[in-house]
Amino acid sequence: MVAMRDAFGKALLELGSLNKKVVVLDADLASSTRATFFAQKFPDRFFQVGIAEQNMVGIAAGLASCGKIPFVTSFAVFVTKRAADQVSISVAYSRFNVKLVGAYTGLFNGSTGASHMAVEDIAIMRAIPGIIVIDPADAEEMRQAVMKISEYNGPVYLRETRDEWPDIFDASYNFTIGKSTTVMDGEDATIIACGVMTSESIKAAEILKKDKINARVVNMSTIKPIDSDMIIECASKTGAIVVAENHNIYGGLGSAVAEVLGENIPTPMLRIGIRDVLGEAGNNRELLEKYNMSAEHIAKAVKRVMDMRKTLR
Amino acid sequence: MVTDAQVGHIGGSFSSAEILTSLYFYIMRVDPANPNWPDRDRFILSKGHGASLLYSTLAERGFFPVEKLSTFGKLGSILQVHPDRTKVPGVEASTGALGQGLSIGIGMALAAKLDKKDYHTYVVLGDGETQEGQIWEAAMFASHSKVDNLTAILDYNNVQLMGNVPEIMQIKPVKEKWNSFGWNTIEIDGHDFKQIIGAANSAKMKKEVPTIIIARTTKGKGVSFMQNTCEWHGKVPSEGEYKKAIRELEE
Repeated sequence: MVAMRDAFGKALLELGSLNKKVVVLDADLASSTRATFFAQKFPDRFFQVGIAEQNMVGIAAGLASCGKIPFVTSFAVFVTKRAADQVSISVAYSRFNVKLVGAYTGLFNGSTGASHMAVEDIAIMRAIPGIIVIDPADAEEMRQAVMKISEYNGPVYLRETRDEWPDIFDASYNFTIGKSTTVMDGEDATIIACGVMTSESIKAAEILKKDKINARVVNMSTIKPIDSDMIIECASKTGAIVVAENHNIYGGLGSAVAEVLGENIPTPMLRIGIRDVLGEAGNNRELLEKYNMSAEHIAKAVKRVMDMRKTLR
Repeated sequence: MVTDAQVGHIGGSFSSAEILTSLYFYIMRVDPANPNWPDRDRFILSKGHGASLLYSTLAERGFFPVEKLSTFGKLGSILQVHPDRTKVPGVEASTGALGQGLSIGIGMALAAKLDKKDYHTYVVLGDGETQEGQIWEAAMFASHSKVDNLTAILDYNNVQLMGNVPEIMQIKPVKEKWNSFGWNTIEIDGHDFKQIIGAANSAKMKKEVPTIIIARTTKGKGVSFMQNTCEWHGKVPSEGEYKKAIRELEE
C-alpha cells in the first residue's frame, strides 16, 4: 500500500526525468500534493505561484501554448471551483495541453473537512467540453495515468486522494485513457467503481461471495470519455448495476453510467456515493461508515439492485 | 464588420487601434505566412471584446484574407465575436472572459526564458478589466518572478460597458497601483504612434521588472458621436450612423 499522493509525486518525478517538456505549477500546497518531489529535483521547471489558483491555471495555458506540458497541482476544490472559468476558457476552450491535478478528492482526506473535500469536482470537469476526467484506483494506476496523460495532447483532469489504499494492479497492468478494466469476474451483478472506491468494491464482492453472489467488479477510472461499450456489456450480461464513487451522486460516475444505460440499455442500477452533502473531518474508515459508502453498504446495494431486477422481470 | 454582423464592440476597438497597428506593423516580430513560428513575438488581446480590431489588424498584416472580415460574427465563421485561437491564424489565446490574458502572457514569457528564446510577449488590457482579481494575482507574480520579457499595455479609455470607469469602480491611482505591485510604468498618449513605439522599445530594454504602458485613449476614437460614451461599448451602428462614422474617419 502506498499513499495515493506519494504515488502521484513519484510518478511526476519519474516523468520529469523522461520528458523535459514537463513543468509543474503549485499554489503553495506542493508538500500536500507531493509535487515537492518534482520541485526538489527540477527547480527550474517548477513554478510557485503563491495562493493564486486562477493565475496558476492561466500561466499553465501560456506555457502549454509554447510546447510545455504543464501539470497544475492543487487541491481539487481550488482547481475545479476557484479556477473553474480559467479551466474552461483559458484551457479547455483554447485546447491547451494542460494537465490539471486535483488532490484531496471526495471525503477520504484525513482531517480536513468540507472546505477541503471536493465532492463536485468530477461533475464540474465532466461538464466542460473537451476535458478528459480520470480517477485512478491505486498507486500503480496513478503512476501509469500520469505517464499516459503526458502523452495525450489536450486538457486532462486527474483526481488524487491523500491516503493509502489497497493495491489492485501490478506492473503488468496497462492503463489506457477511456478504457475500463474488469478486476473481478461475476455474472450476478456488476459493481462499476472509480478511484479509491474500486478497492472497497472488491471487498464488497468478497462479502457477497459468502452469500453465493458473484459480482463482477469494473474499474472505470476514466469517467470522461466514458467506456460505454463496457457498461453496455455489463448491463447485458449481469442485468443489475451498482456504481460506487468517492463523489456526489449527482454529476459523477453514477450519472455517467446512468446516462449510458438510459440511452442504450435501461437496466436497474443503484448509486453509492456522497448523497448531496458536504464532508466533515474524521478518519477514512469512520467516514466510509457514516456516509454509507463502505464495502458492506456496496454489498447491500448489490442485493437490493438484484431484487429490483427480479421485480422488473 | 460590426454593422454587417449586427454584433460587436466598436468603442473599445477604436480606442486600441493605434496600439495594435504599432505592435503588428512596427514593433512585433511576426511572420504572417508562418503564424506558429516558435520565435515569433506573442500578442494577447486580453480585452477580447476588441476582436473586430484584432481581426482587422491581422488581416491587414496578412494572416488571412481581408475578405474574411465580412464573415465576422456569422454562423460558421472563424471570426467569433470574441477571439478563438483554435480558429484564427495569429490569435494566440482565446479571450473574452475578462482578466485572463495577463496570466497566459506570463506563461508564454516563462516558456521563453526556459527555452532561452528572445521573443517578447505583449498583452493589451482593458481598463475596466483590471477590476478583475486575477489581474492582480498575475501582476504580483510577474514582478516577483522578474518576468521582464513581457509588456502589458493598458487601454485606458476610462469608459466601460455601463458607464465611466470612475462611476462603475474606480481603478485610480493606476500608475501608483502598478508601481506598488513592482511594475515599471510608462504613461503615454495611446493614439500617438511615436509614443507607443517609443514606450514599447524602452519597455523591452527594462530588465528584471515587467513594464506596463498606461495608454490614455478615447473610447470610440475618431467618430464624434461615439467618443467617450459607454453607449458605444457594444452598440451596432445604423446605416446612417455607419456612413457618418466612415465619413468622419476618412477626413
